[in-house]
Order: sequence, then structure tokens, then C-alpha cells
Amino acid sequence: MRDRGLIYSGLAIFLALVTFPAWHNLSAGVTAKGPNVRLPASEKQCVAPAEYMRTSHMTLLMNWRDEVVRAGGRDYTAPDGKRYVMSLTPTCLEQCHGTKAEFCDRCHNYAAVSPACWNCHLDSRPVLRSAR
Amino acid sequence: MTLSRKAFLRVTGLSFLAVAARKAAGAITGKRWAMAIDVAKCLKQDNCTKCIAACNAAHNVPSIPDRSHEVRWIWKDSFEHALQSQVDEYSPLRAAPVMVLCNHCENPPCVRVCPTQATWKRDDGIVDMDWHRCIGCRYCMAACPYGSRSFNWMDPRPYIHDPDPAFPTRTKGVVEKCTFCPERLAVGRPPACVEACPEKALVFGNLSDPQSPIRELLAARRHVRRKPELGTGPDIFYMV
Repeated sequence: MRDRGLIYSGLAIFLALVTFPAWHNLSAGVTAKGPNVRLPASEKQCVAPAEYMRTSHMTLLMNWRDEVVRAGGRDYTAPDGKRYVMSLTPTCLEQCHGTKAEFCDRCHNYAAVSPACWNCHLDSRPVLRSAR
Repeated sequence: MTLSRKAFLRVTGLSFLAVAARKAAGAITGKRWAMAIDVAKCLKQDNCTKCIAACNAAHNVPSIPDRSHEVRWIWKDSFEHALQSQVDEYSPLRAAPVMVLCNHCENPPCVRVCPTQATWKRDDGIVDMDWHRCIGCRYCMAACPYGSRSFNWMDPRPYIHDPDPAFPTRTKGVVEKCTFCPERLAVGRPPACVEACPEKALVFGNLSDPQSPIRELLAARRHVRRKPELGTGPDIFYMV
């Protein structure tokens, strides 16, 4: 047992390395909690049920895109019968969700995705005004 | 079910006739947007750039000072350059500037070369652009004989001073041009430049309708188009 010191220090280093992700996240304040998106105050219902929007909003947005750009349609009738103008910034942001930073970005950052939408589509009017 | 040869031929023939009739009816009732530019009226106000300003504001067109990076939808060019050899040297219009923009050609070469159909001819005659699809190959720029297309060599956003969030900007690496404002036509408004012109020198209308103001103007006045010899069939007419 003359190698006791060597073995224990080796074990300690091994344990430290194996548990590194856990304590690194603890010290960085990372939690398993989902993103904290700010929900619209004025509206209770999105253009489609929340569950569908959570999983498939890109499908819906791409259908809107094709309909508006390629087919020239502008109006969308939601499953609940309400009508919307198919437009990302004026309808989604300015009518309900307010700013990209408090809604879109929070979830996209959490999921580590960076959709190219915002390379061209602009943030809502108040955000643009305050940025100037 | 048994079908006699005679019945089969009759049904087939009628089907072909129905398809042809529908196409013909569509061609007559469909819209075909075009623009007539009254050059003399346009010159009434010296150095007027209201149509350009309205277009740039409506579509978030950047104003980049470096001419090699310039993005243009509607701009002024010399009559001599825009309408080469279409007027003689004694015409007073020769030295004058004229408004030039995408010609929304009947037979658009840009559409033929686009590998992704990011630019295409709509049923109403507009040569539209889908910036989602543009891959920035610039074939369309090489094909367009009018230089109506601009390429975003860099991010245009720093050069858009008061962006309108109702219309997207473009991004680095895509081509853009005049689209005849389909987003305004959809809500019954004329293109931004037409609405902004104080002299009503830009007349926008439906070529398929013989009673439309543009058709009446084309019937009454002498007009020219840019480079008609190329066979692209421009839908922008210049009243001279």
C-alpha cells in the first residue's frame, strides 16, 4: 500500500474530470428550466394552438411565406375563425409578441438555433426606434 | 364500363376544348400590369426625386454612397443612355433625365436564367422576386439588358436610416430590384412611386383592359420602350 497517495490523488482527479460538466453548470447558474419567454398580455390565443406553435411554428411560417410571396395571398384564417394578415413583423411581433428579444430570441438562444429570418425581417417598430 | 371509340374521341376532344377555352378566358380577363412614364411631365419639377424617395422608404432600399455597391430600384438616367437612338438629335428630350426601373418584361431574360426560380413572372405580368430563394449567383444581373438589378455586396442595414418593419430588408449576397409593389397592389394601392409623383407623370395600369387609363394613353400618344430590338417586350412605356 505504498502507492496509496498516488491512487487516491488519481481517483480524485478522475472524479473531478467526470463530474466537471455538473459543477461547471452549477457555477455558471445553468438550470434545466426551460426558456422564460414573455407572453403577450393582450392575446390569449395564438394563430394555432400553443402546442402546435411550439413544435411547428417554422412550418406554419414557411407556409405563410410561400402563400404570400409565391401565391399572392395575404389573409390567414385561424382554426378558431379569427383572421390575420400573414406577416412576420407586423402581425406576429407588433400585434402580439412585442419584441423579438423577449420572445423569439429567448427560446432560440436556449435551443441554440439561429434562424436566418432576422437577417432580413426587422424587429418591431418601438425596438427600431429606441435603437436609433 | 365500356366506352366506344367514338365516345372516347368525343370526350377527349371536348376536354381539350375546355382547357383551351379556360386558358383563353384567363388571358382575356387576367391583369397585366404596366407603367407609362410621361417624360415631359416628369421634367416639370426640377431635380424632383419624390418617386425615388418613396420607393426607397417603402422597400428599405439602402443608400450606399460607394457607387460600386449602390442598390437601386428606380433611378434617373440620361434619355440618351436609357433610350438609345430612339429620338433624333433635335428632340428637346435628348438631354433630359428619365426615370428607369425594372421593365417587367413580357419575355424576361432574368427569369430564364435564374437557377432557383427566385425571380419569376407572375400571372399579372410582374417579374417578382423571392429573396428567400435567391442564392446570389447574379446570373439575372448578367442577363438583364437594362441593368435593373442590384447586388448586395455587403449588409445593407447600416445604410438604411429609417427602416420600415412592414417590409423586410435584404441581406448580404442577394439580388434585388423593383417588384411593382405587389404588397400594395394586394390592398388596392398603386406602386409607391406612382402615388408619390406630384405631376402624375407615372401612370400605372392594366394593359389587358382596353378602357384603362394606360391603354388610352398608349393609344393617344407616341411612345417608346427600352431596347425593343432585343425582344424582351418591356412593360414600361415612355411617352415622348
